[in-house]
Amino acid sequence: MTAASVGSARPAPSRSAKSVHGRSLGWLAVPALVFFVAFGVIPLIGVLLLSFTTWDGIGEVVPSGLTSWKSVLSDPGLPHAMWVTFQVAALSWLFQTPMSILLGVFLAGAQKYRAFLAVLYFIPLLLSSAAIAITFKALLDPNFGIGTGLGLPFMSQDWLGEPKLALGVVVFVVSWQFIPFHSLIYQGAVRQIPTSMYEAAQIDGAGRMRQFFSITLPQLKNTIVTSSTLMVVGSLTFFDLIYVLTAGGPGDATRVLALDMYKRGFQANLMGPASAIGVILVLVGLLLALLFRRLGGGDQTASQLEGA
Amino acid sequence: MGVPLAGALAACGSSGPSSSTSSGSAGAAGSGASYWYLTGQPGEGIRKGAVDRFNAANASTQIAQTAFQNDAYKTKIKTALGAGQAPTIIWGWGGGGLKSYVDASQVEDLTSWFSDNAAVKDKLFPSSFGAATVGGKIYAMPCETVQPIVLYYNKSVFEKVGVQPPTSWDDIMALVPKFNAQGIAPFSLGGQSRWTNMMWLEFLFDRIGGPEVFQAAFEGQKDAWSNPDAITALTKVQDLVKANGFIKGFSSITADSNADQALLYTGKAAMMLHGAWTYGSMKSDGGDFVKGGHLGWMNFPPVAGGKGDPTNTVGNPGQYLSISSKATAAEKETAKKFFTTGVLDSTEVKAWIDTGSIPIVKGADSNIGSSEDAEWLKFLYGVSSNAKVFAQSWDQALPPSAAETLLDNIAKLFQLSITPEQFATNLNAVTNS
Repeated sequence: MTAASVGSARPAPSRSAKSVHGRSLGWLAVPALVFFVAFGVIPLIGVLLLSFTTWDGIGEVVPSGLTSWKSVLSDPGLPHAMWVTFQVAALSWLFQTPMSILLGVFLAGAQKYRAFLAVLYFIPLLLSSAAIAITFKALLDPNFGIGTGLGLPFMSQDWLGEPKLALGVVVFVVSWQFIPFHSLIYQGAVRQIPTSMYEAAQIDGAGRMRQFFSITLPQLKNTIVTSSTLMVVGSLTFFDLIYVLTAGGPGDATRVLALDMYKRGFQANLMGPASAIGVILVLVGLLLALLFRRLGGGDQTASQLEGA
Repeated sequence: MGVPLAGALAACGSSGPSSSTSSGSAGAAGSGASYWYLTGQPGEGIRKGAVDRFNAANASTQIAQTAFQNDAYKTKIKTALGAGQAPTIIWGWGGGGLKSYVDASQVEDLTSWFSDNAAVKDKLFPSSFGAATVGGKIYAMPCETVQPIVLYYNKSVFEKVGVQPPTSWDDIMALVPKFNAQGIAPFSLGGQSRWTNMMWLEFLFDRIGGPEVFQAAFEGQKDAWSNPDAITALTKVQDLVKANGFIKGFSSITADSNADQALLYTGKAAMMLHGAWTYGSMKSDGGDFVKGGHLGWMNFPPVAGGKGDPTNTVGNPGQYLSISSKATAAEKETAKKFFTTGVLDSTEVKAWIDTGSIPIVKGADSNIGSSEDAEWLKFLYGVSSNAKVFAQSWDQALPPSAAETLLDNIAKLFQLSITPEQFATNLNAVTNS
């Protein structure tokens, strides 16, 4: 956010700077560009090409036109996987965003104990997804888990064995892992809001709630767009956590697109259809990112500072 | 902001198969042969021991060994084969997986080598060669142990409830409410692993319709899964699920964590259908459960009116070693020398017996007498050698793409989210040839 607002706040100087220093600064983009092309663009082209072939991962790659696409698009598993992916994305966004904003606003305060809590809240982000999934799986085990251990009958549900509960658990664990990250973004954004605005509001007699809804939330608009983009586009690629936690089960209740792609590619040895799903994932991700940019408002240069 | 964006881009790139190529550090290059196999004790130590003995005896033809965790290996070996980085000696399960290697011309045809070295072939169980044979030619050397699926039960639990072990399917269905009334699950099951559920179908198909039912599907006969016997078997297993025959939450339990075995030896479940390999882990993890004589076992009981021979069994008739066709002539020679002198030498045979397994060597039962697991080993040897038909596990026998559809539908069948007829339709779609 900071980079964007600094850049957009001073459009004229940056343009003149470009004409003066253009040649000397262009190379700065080269390392990022090389990595992006090598690890982003080239594999992407490879996946696109593979989606028009039949390949079992071992033998010859045989071009087969639209066979893979036809098999994927006619498979009832695809709309199901897309629906599950959408549910995970939407539910985790609905759960994460309010929690992250509230925590972020809370942690932005200058009090010492809040700084201490901020460190604690950050811990889930340091753990690997696999470790988190294994831990939750053990805790939620219906026979050996926390419910049995502590003698709490309502905790010994069949958490990962009932389709609806399993989806809920996946959303909860994903949120548990990523709320700290988004809280951090909001914390930074809240601290950027000039205190003069709150002082003015106080003079006008606005209470804490009124200040939150009339100053804090509107000022966080761009941050909300950024955080939501990361959440929703990121949720398309959730794989490790779900793979370890439920392996897409029970049945196919939590089989998201990324998992469907892996199962087709590496368990069923159908690299063509798996690549087709990969292409679909990329397209959906790009579309969503574009959509969120639009939602953020076309006028990116409009300053939000000083109550504008 | 930079870090998560970079992360998102990396995640984007890794969505394709091309970025997960193997490191190739243990590839086929070099003067000696290379050999990849599975981790997990006690097998890992025995595999390593055989190679170490071979290397000590053959200074000029060394074998470099690398061990991988089971699920990671399955992906790794496929990627390595596809990238031409396969080891000289490829450890595997035979059947459909081996067939996919053969179709891609990745493994050596060993038929003539076996006819030149009849002594090697004659040493082993004839039943172990079925899964090593594709289109009438042998592409793998059977090795290690025979692993039938066994119905285990907890004797203490049976005594506590005051019932006898089942001798028929009707007995099983009659036992279910008795155990449930005592708050004990009739059967433990690691259902998230899916192949665990499959073992139930393998036996029910065999007991009800005989081995021909699955064989027809395997051979690609039209609508083989819609066979009335198959539908009966599928219905029976759903009856068991509906009667709460399996432990609560079975669909989220994995076999990898051995939680299903823990349920049996802690007495939370009365019975468990599982591979012979679980005997060893229950012995090491279950306290005095095995040593104290609380573990009972039997072959899967018959189903009234069924056509299958009750001596039939299913499971892994052996494990398999293939030679990469991309290896150099010298490496292939080393591998064959290892097959002749290293694989299942007398030390290895003894080591497998000590872990409670039956190696696929004829006369292995002569080593049983001294073992503390003699009773179990005799049962295991009896089941393996007396079986009229020792069928290979379905997911290993079928080609990988069909196997994945099979496992997927089995999970849904046990979830009661599809009917037996839908199951048959979905499977017919992939096995009809």
